[in-house]
Amino acid sequence: MEALLALSIGLLTACGVYLVLRARSFAVVLGLTFLSYAVNLFLFAMGRLAIAQPPVIGAAATSADPLPQALVLTAIVIGFAMTAFVIMLALKSRAELGNDHVDGGGEP
Amino acid sequence: MNLLLAILVPFIGAPFVAYISRRSRAASAWAAAGVALLSLAILLPDLAAPFAGETTLQRLVWMPALGLDLVFRLDGLGLLFTLMILGIGLLVILYAHYYLSQQDSLGRLYAYLLLFMGSMLGVVLSENLIQLLIFWELTSLSSFLLISYWRTRQAARSGARMALAITGAGGLALLGGFVLLGEITGSYELSVVLASGDIIRAHPLYLPALILILLGAFTKSAQFPFHFWLPNAMAAPTPVSAYLHSATMVKAGVFLLARLFPALSGTEAWTYLVGGVGITTLLIGAVVALFKHDLKGLLAYSTISHLGLITALFGIGTPLAAVAGVFHIINHAIFKAGLFMAAGIIDHETGTRDMRRINGLWKAMPHTATLAMVAAAAMAGVPLFNGFLSKEMFFAEAAGAASRLSFGWLLPAAVTVAGIFAVAYSLRFIHDVFFNGEPIDLPRTPHEPPRWMKVPVEILVVLCLLVGILPSLTVEPLLAAAAGAVLQAPLPEHNLAIWHGFSPALLMSMIALVGGVLLYTVRKPLFAFHDHMEKNLNARIIFERVMEMLYQLAHALTARLDTGSLQRQTLLFVAAALCLGAAGMWSSAAPLTGPRTLLPVDGVSLVAALALAAAALTATILHRQRFTALILAGAVGLVVSLIFIKFSAPDLALTQLSVEVVTIVLLLLALYFLPQQSPAESSHSRRLRDASLAMAAGAGASALAWAVLTRPYDSISGWFLANSVPGGGGKNVVNVILVDFRGYDTFGEITVLALAALGIFAMLDGLRLPAPLRDAAGRHWDPDTHPLIMATFARLLLPLALLVSVFVLLRGHNLPGGGFIAGLITAVALIMQYLANGVAWTHARLPAHTHPLIAAGLAIALVTGLASWAFGHSFLTSAFGHFALPLTGEIELASAMAFDLGVYLVVVGATLLILINLGLAHNASHAPQKLENTP
Repeated sequence: MEALLALSIGLLTACGVYLVLRARSFAVVLGLTFLSYAVNLFLFAMGRLAIAQPPVIGAAATSADPLPQALVLTAIVIGFAMTAFVIMLALKSRAELGNDHVDGGGEP
Repeated sequence: MNLLLAILVPFIGAPFVAYISRRSRAASAWAAAGVALLSLAILLPDLAAPFAGETTLQRLVWMPALGLDLVFRLDGLGLLFTLMILGIGLLVILYAHYYLSQQDSLGRLYAYLLLFMGSMLGVVLSENLIQLLIFWELTSLSSFLLISYWRTRQAARSGARMALAITGAGGLALLGGFVLLGEITGSYELSVVLASGDIIRAHPLYLPALILILLGAFTKSAQFPFHFWLPNAMAAPTPVSAYLHSATMVKAGVFLLARLFPALSGTEAWTYLVGGVGITTLLIGAVVALFKHDLKGLLAYSTISHLGLITALFGIGTPLAAVAGVFHIINHAIFKAGLFMAAGIIDHETGTRDMRRINGLWKAMPHTATLAMVAAAAMAGVPLFNGFLSKEMFFAEAAGAASRLSFGWLLPAAVTVAGIFAVAYSLRFIHDVFFNGEPIDLPRTPHEPPRWMKVPVEILVVLCLLVGILPSLTVEPLLAAAAGAVLQAPLPEHNLAIWHGFSPALLMSMIALVGGVLLYTVRKPLFAFHDHMEKNLNARIIFERVMEMLYQLAHALTARLDTGSLQRQTLLFVAAALCLGAAGMWSSAAPLTGPRTLLPVDGVSLVAALALAAAALTATILHRQRFTALILAGAVGLVVSLIFIKFSAPDLALTQLSVEVVTIVLLLLALYFLPQQSPAESSHSRRLRDASLAMAAGAGASALAWAVLTRPYDSISGWFLANSVPGGGGKNVVNVILVDFRGYDTFGEITVLALAALGIFAMLDGLRLPAPLRDAAGRHWDPDTHPLIMATFARLLLPLALLVSVFVLLRGHNLPGGGFIAGLITAVALIMQYLANGVAWTHARLPAHTHPLIAAGLAIALVTGLASWAFGHSFLTSAFGHFALPLTGEIELASAMAFDLGVYLVVVGATLLILINLGLAHNASHAPQKLENTP
């Protein structure tokens, strides 16, 4: 199971990096989304994997690590805010520069 | 903690005074004076102790784990400066009220002045060196604001920038010096540092520390070769110059010399560096001052010269010289502040500061003239005025030191020459302005200023005379207290009498007086010579040339490092991260796989992983088909939330699920305004290069995740699990961590969320996007924008969804849920309404602006945190209790739930703000169609 998660993290990272390296803003935003999936999963994995042990007192005999979960929870929300910010930036740059190239050049 | 309070009062008062000035100018003057008086009143109980030689220390524990405390210290030296800062500050506040014209904002000036006052108090009342440095930098910043007060004037802006550059650079050096000092003594607290002078002087790091600290002091006190910022800072309004450039800011440097005198002085390096720089500055300042035609320019160079005198006294290093240094700090502050104010009155009344045009003002303003003459006589060092006493002590010390140094005879000679020039420029200030024929072509007809404008000058002039004639009755106790604090030792025998009998010092004074008068009579040819020389020797031009070169260097460097291509920068960034990661992995001898027992793979997980891989890869390959890629990304997000469910993170799964919905809706909305397809512009080789880099990065991430996942570890989470119920009153540990244990972090995070939403709102404001009427394939958009079935179901779903979100919010403390998740569910439910019914329909039924929601959420969270202070706990400590209610039975209420409510409101407000405004942009671009289709 650990191998499966590690491979998934790697795959998401690879897709994210490839997309971030594209020249158009929408692809970069998608890439950032993939990267944030990968990073969130990675941070979550710092608490190791546990099945059917939610960190709720009394729910199970032992409990998964609650700390990485708390960190990742806020990271997901902040990640959303940042994605929103970047996509608006992309819209703004499209409106002002007339194209969606990340460097503001290129064909419209 | 009244020392801290006294420092804080001006900072708190500043915005208040600025605000009140909109009502009335007089009210803001009263308010500013009230703030200064309040600060003084708060200090009153502690003012007596320093006279008895006691040091008041007040400590506020701040970060005990790092040994950082806020520590304040009031001793004689601090007291002297506090009195100068507040006393002269009060006079300046009164004076500025009459000085500024009706067009200038008085409130802004007072606010800046108060900021400066608080910073300066912080410098002189700090016990901790780092803390002192922070206030030191604050004085630089607030003086920048003050010098550039007339911000439309080029001279004000460049003068302010220069002052900030020089004193800011000095502040950096000072930080270095303080850190070295802390390393040497093992403490940043003055009590320790001052007591370990012998250790410091014997340490190999003594010289670097000394040089760095002196750089800080010299830049601040305008010592040669950093003196040139002070004349350029004369672009400030005159009340500012009277305050900052005579009594306070420029004295911070010599204050530092005095403060660290016991720790650093007494070595050859100290004597030559401090004494040498002091004497040089004294001479240069005095000579240049004579040739300045600008009234304030003369005073600025005279200030430089007097600061050099004080520096030189500390450099000489004998206890008696230190006493004289402290004495001259007092005297100079009094007469120079008075002179600046007098210069301001003249400027105010005549409309110019050029002494070649201002002549014969005695007839127009005899009262002001008398005041200025007394102050100028004190500056020249004429007997019976205060400047004479400390100058005489200086002459005596210079003569005494001559026998101890090689080439020592140079010292009294240089000092006497400086004395001659001081007399000459003081004489010029009087004769050229008030006599010397008739005024030439003045912009205004001069007459006496308003009565109260002269009061501050009168007070200062009376002080000049009192100190000058009756020193032992007036200034002696304060001087003794301050000098005792400087020396940290018993005071040497000193006698503040006017007549000391015939001595070398008296002879030097006489030579200076007579020589000065003679020099002034032959000034005309000297002026001509100087005007010829000035073109070639101007420190300002050199400074600007150096700055220009620095800018060019920075530009060249930036141009080489940053080509302006995001792709290139990202590539370099990822490659660099890869190299570092690879180097770390290769150099480590540990095996990649750890000894932890692994979980077996089950079929469902395998299928999910395959789905994730398929979706992610397809999205990447088809990324140019933007719509398809986006839908696939949504699928990936769903699998990620399944992963969270599988591995016991229900809260995360709920959050991920709702965020996924919001994100996809947002990106879909945005996609409408963007091209539906990306052009194929990357070359084959480029794609290959990027793909291999991406695969390497993915492999690295996989390896790292694998290495971590297979290793056992020790977590601090046991504490959270054990304390969740007894400490936080909740069973859902993740939620308790968020709203209680780490509530401070969460507070920061919702603030970031709010800021991001506001930033987006600002960006979208007035944004007009070109919207396509047809899709990429050339088809019209579906005219049925709000299908009836969807609209009906969305309306039916709303109350249910809201009910669910309330349920999730309330149970969040004990079961999966909480403010973040509930907020997202509410947001999704409301967004559904916008999507299904249209913005116009929904706006008619829901508040159009969600800013108040965000503000209310932040306020609730903040108030919840602050409320724990009221009960004597630290910020955001939660309280909870169990209450029995009729009907529902026992219910548990925790203050953390109020905090969670704040989180909920911010999340709802921010999410809606972002999406609605993008939706509005939609509407604006789509107006004609919308009208046709609105039922």
